[in-house]
Amino acid sequence: MSTDESHPPSLSLSHGTVAASGCWQVQELAQPNLDAVLSTVVQAIPTTAEARWDLSQIVTLDHIGAQWFWNAWGNKRPQQLVLPPLFEDYFDRLEEAGTLILPPPRQHRAFLIAIWDWMSNMADHAMGLTKLVGQLLIDLLRFARQPQRGPWTEISSNVFHAGYQAMGITALVGLLIGVVLSYLSSQQLHTFGGDIYIVNILGLSIIRELGPLLAAILVAGRSGSSITAQIGVMRVTEELDAMLVMGLPHGFRLIMPKVIALALAMPLIVIWTDIMSLIGGMAAANLELNLSPSYFMQKMPNAVPLANYWIGLGKGFVFGGLIALVSCHFGLRIKPNTESLGHNTTQSVVTSITMVILADGVFAIVFKNIGFR
Amino acid sequence: MTSETAPIIHVQGLRTQFGQHVVHDNLDLTVMPGEIMALIGGSGSGKTTLLRQIIGLDSPAQGTVQVFGQDIHRAGSADLQGLRNRWGMLFQHGALFSALTVFDNVAQPMRELRNLSETLIRDAVLLKLHMVGITPDDAIKMPSDLSGGMVKRVALARALVLEPELLFLDEPTAGLDPHLSDSFVELIHSLHQAMRLTVIMVTHDLDTIFALSTQIAVLSDKRVIAKGSAQEVLAVQHPFIQEYFMGARGRRAQQAMHTNA
Repeated sequence: MSTDESHPPSLSLSHGTVAASGCWQVQELAQPNLDAVLSTVVQAIPTTAEARWDLSQIVTLDHIGAQWFWNAWGNKRPQQLVLPPLFEDYFDRLEEAGTLILPPPRQHRAFLIAIWDWMSNMADHAMGLTKLVGQLLIDLLRFARQPQRGPWTEISSNVFHAGYQAMGITALVGLLIGVVLSYLSSQQLHTFGGDIYIVNILGLSIIRELGPLLAAILVAGRSGSSITAQIGVMRVTEELDAMLVMGLPHGFRLIMPKVIALALAMPLIVIWTDIMSLIGGMAAANLELNLSPSYFMQKMPNAVPLANYWIGLGKGFVFGGLIALVSCHFGLRIKPNTESLGHNTTQSVVTSITMVILADGVFAIVFKNIGFR
Repeated sequence: MTSETAPIIHVQGLRTQFGQHVVHDNLDLTVMPGEIMALIGGSGSGKTTLLRQIIGLDSPAQGTVQVFGQDIHRAGSADLQGLRNRWGMLFQHGALFSALTVFDNVAQPMRELRNLSETLIRDAVLLKLHMVGITPDDAIKMPSDLSGGMVKRVALARALVLEPELLFLDEPTAGLDPHLSDSFVELIHSLHQAMRLTVIMVTHDLDTIFALSTQIAVLSDKRVIAKGSAQEVLAVQHPFIQEYFMGARGRRAQQAMHTNA
């Protein structure tokens, strides 16, 4: 073994003979600057007469060292070569392999083709989502006809994972946003002497807008990414194929339970987030404006019409379904490699959040005359 | 093989435990340079676990593992890095980096050495791929586009690219058709001679065991119950060995070995 004493590979040129010595192994060849040193010797070989190569002083050789010589010789054996029989095999193998050329990498595609690719990709997404929604409707119909044969276990486990386990983080974020909102608004209101309107501002903004949106963004980040990654890994490990073979359709057993579970869990999470934000808001108002919580709660029903609450819950229902659908869509597009898994999970979260905000805009327009005094 | 040469792998008093479940207890194993050692044993007898402990992926509860004379569970990170460049591992499912092409997969260990020129890397990688029977046209494919047999061969090329002295094979022929298994065995055999390798393999394939190994170590009852050449191991009177080799499959494989020999 040659690790104890190190013999770096070296070349020397004298009287037209190139003598090589040392250990010509990959670890030795990887020493810094060695390649430059060796190249200068090779370049110094006079081109007029062919040089004599003497490899008899080499201690050890491997395929990479042999490859180095082979390249220096221009992919053929030199006329005059002293080669110990021990190393013969390496060069025989190189000779036998012949010239191996890597095919050129694929050219960058033209601009128009890139646009076409982008468009067909978008069309593909639209088609996939449409199919998914269509399949979901069929599955829901089947579920409604035979509820006793539905995937109840899957639904309840999804409600637990996406709903119950999200309570901690939604509570924390909701509480903090409530405090922040209350502090900032109360300062402004105080300058105009409109302290009591803090109830209207907080109630309306949280119940109608912030509660559902905050919950949806958190759930999209939490459950959306986990759904996509889960389905993606099921693709990699061929579990999706196994399901099909056993007669468990993806739509009915995988996608519908997730959509139903999120559509059910999200309104509950919205209520929870609303409560926590309002508690945070109340606490901050109590400190900043000396408005007692009991007054706050007394005023709330008058300040915020009940319709807002229903709108908030409806948003939760729609957002939940959207997040589940988008996550499943991206999960099913994952190809069995790690890069695709990462890429699609990112895309899934970004797209779910965008879709949620778009849907929120639609809600704002459709219900613009409802819920105000 | 003289008695003075130091063993390349020396496992002493190894104990492995998962919770209450003891997998190995007081296990000893020695591998000498130039051997092709087949590690056999029933399912769940901890063959792969032992392999993972030898290359330092898992730590045993007790005992020492010395590779090239160094205790690999107590070696410093620089020493470990040096050791890792001297061995190659073929994982059961290839474990190719799915985000890189075949070529880049095999080139990765060489590029990691930093100072090799890209021309040399390209030629050396293509030669290694050629040695395992992968053409340059396949070299630009992604691992997901390859068949199971090709994945194994690419993974072998990657394990061999730094010309290791020690090669670990985890189920090298599992999932290959008989013809591919045969050519894989032949490939490892010729590489063993060409590169003066020491090979340690975990396998259930009796044909591979008889065709390839110079030494067989049998793992049963939480330790190595027999170690030696095929004849020596077969002579050991132990119910596990008799069942393993004297079943219908075992007899066929032995017959084939005798007719070939």
